[in-house]
Amino acid sequence: MKILCKHKRMISVFLRRYHVGSRLLNFVVHAAAAVTVLVLGFLVAYIVVRGVPNLRPSLFALQYTSDNQSMLPAIINTCTMTVVSLLLAVPFGVGAAIYLTEYARRGSRLTRLVQMTTQTLSGIPSIVYGLFGMLMFNSALQLGYSMLSGALTLAIMILPLIMRTTQEALSAVPDMYREGSFGLGAGKLRTVFSVVLPSAMPGILSGVILAIGRIVGETAALMYTSGTVAKVAGLMDSGTTLALHMYKQASEGLYLNEAYATSVVLLALVLLINLLSAKAAKLMVKGRG
Amino acid sequence: MNSPNAFEVRGMNLHYGSFHALKNIHLDIPRNQITALIGPSGCGKSTFLRSLNRMNDLVEGCRIDGDIRMDGEDIYGKIDVNHLRKRVGMVFQKPNPFPMSIYDNVAYGPRTHGVKSKAQLDALVEKSLKDAAIWDEVKDRLKKSALGLSGGQQQRLCIARALAAQPETILMDEPTSALDPISTSHIEELALTLKDQYTIIIVTHNMQQAARISDRTVFFLLGEVIESGETEQIFSSPADKRTEDYITGRFG
Ligand SMILES: Nc1ncnc2c1ncn2[C@@H]1O[C@H](COP(=O)(O)OP(=O)(O)OP(=O)(O)O)[C@@H](O)[C@H]1O
Ligand SMILES: [Mg+2]
Repeated sequence: MKILCKHKRMISVFLRRYHVGSRLLNFVVHAAAAVTVLVLGFLVAYIVVRGVPNLRPSLFALQYTSDNQSMLPAIINTCTMTVVSLLLAVPFGVGAAIYLTEYARRGSRLTRLVQMTTQTLSGIPSIVYGLFGMLMFNSALQLGYSMLSGALTLAIMILPLIMRTTQEALSAVPDMYREGSFGLGAGKLRTVFSVVLPSAMPGILSGVILAIGRIVGETAALMYTSGTVAKVAGLMDSGTTLALHMYKQASEGLYLNEAYATSVVLLALVLLINLLSAKAAKLMVKGRG
Repeated sequence: MNSPNAFEVRGMNLHYGSFHALKNIHLDIPRNQITALIGPSGCGKSTFLRSLNRMNDLVEGCRIDGDIRMDGEDIYGKIDVNHLRKRVGMVFQKPNPFPMSIYDNVAYGPRTHGVKSKAQLDALVEKSLKDAAIWDEVKDRLKKSALGLSGGQQQRLCIARALAAQPETILMDEPTSALDPISTSHIEELALTLKDQYTIIIVTHNMQQAARISDRTVFFLLGEVIESGETEQIFSSPADKRTEDYITGRFG
């Protein structure tokens, strides 16, 4: 009986100590989460408060003048830039990833080399891509300041990202699907395109969305390639995207209010992309799963 | 075609890299019968099964020599591997329906081999699902995802999928090991009805199952065929002591 009591006491002491420790940990974790949310909330609130009052209809005029800092041309250019960059990068990125995961021997020299290259490339600051693009496309290929030169630069920049996410998505497809397909007499091509790729689609799509995020938010890589002309631009014209437009407004210091208004739109755009992509991914999974 | 055997294996050896997985196999597998492959884990049953439709080609470092003939034709000679796999269907240990609709799963094989007409596909899908004894359970949800089926239903769907490719032989690698007793007996009955039209080779760890459904039994041990013959004879009076030890459960 005595022993039992002693035992009980020890347990309760232990529990109390443990309790204090776990409560502390509990607090720290909650505080960390709260700080994160607060910072984010503050940021969004600040931008909205400073930006929304400056959102005038004239900011969405088709023409940009130095009196009317319209952002509509920049919005349109952002869309053009996104579409063209993706059209350039996605086929190569996805194609290369398919080759590396499905065709090349796993762990071969080539695979390792490409792996290393893509890892290195994704760590390079975007300003370096910008300078490379300027030297390569603007000067050497004589494209000048142009949307095309900007899109080519961005395509190179997002290529490693798309390759890596696609590779990951493909490797996550269970081998039993491949075996099932081969076992029915399907060849490599049919197996990859009818079974493996569709299963990997949500993963590939999420990579593409990450890439869109980078394109929409990019400034440094575009400054020296697409230029900062705030007009609706064709492929061979210089044209600014929304992020770059905002950067210019803010750095010149004359149009801070307009810059805030632009950032609200940019924020909304990013939010919209995320929502749409989440929906797309869900639809795709539902259609199959 | 005159020989009663679907497969004739002579002096076959298989290596995974430097590991000698199958040693000097000589075996005949008769047509329109159920042949059971038994033996302790790791003795090479799956390896042998997968060499009959050349699934081992996908394994890096796998080397096969010797002679494997199907209807007299060397399947490691100049043949179309995809066509071989169409003729020799396979059902895997773990049900592996594709993440697509039930209909598309079953139609996958025929579409692969060039059947395009909707009417023809419909008929083939229905017949295969009926032959696999799962038609009544899925006929109202053909367009629904196959992943929503139970494990036993998924396995029967996989059998239907294999049948739809119109094979001559069906290889089954422990097709019931992941299933409950009811689904298991469904699949055993199925195998018995299918053997009129197909040659069936089934790997199993379940001695009762082998005894219940197979006509012939092959006992593997450490990569060698120790004994093969009529199931009745193997189970009642095995010639080899090791076979007897294994089937009476006195063995790993
Ligand atoms: N891809 C592979 N690479 C190397 N060795 C392998 C490979 N697959 C199988 N083996 C080896 O070959 C031997 C036979 O394996 P196999 O899968 O054919 O056995 P099994 O009789 O089917 O066993 P189980 O009853 O557990 O399924 C084992 O020793 C296994 O380790
Ligand atoms: Mg096995």
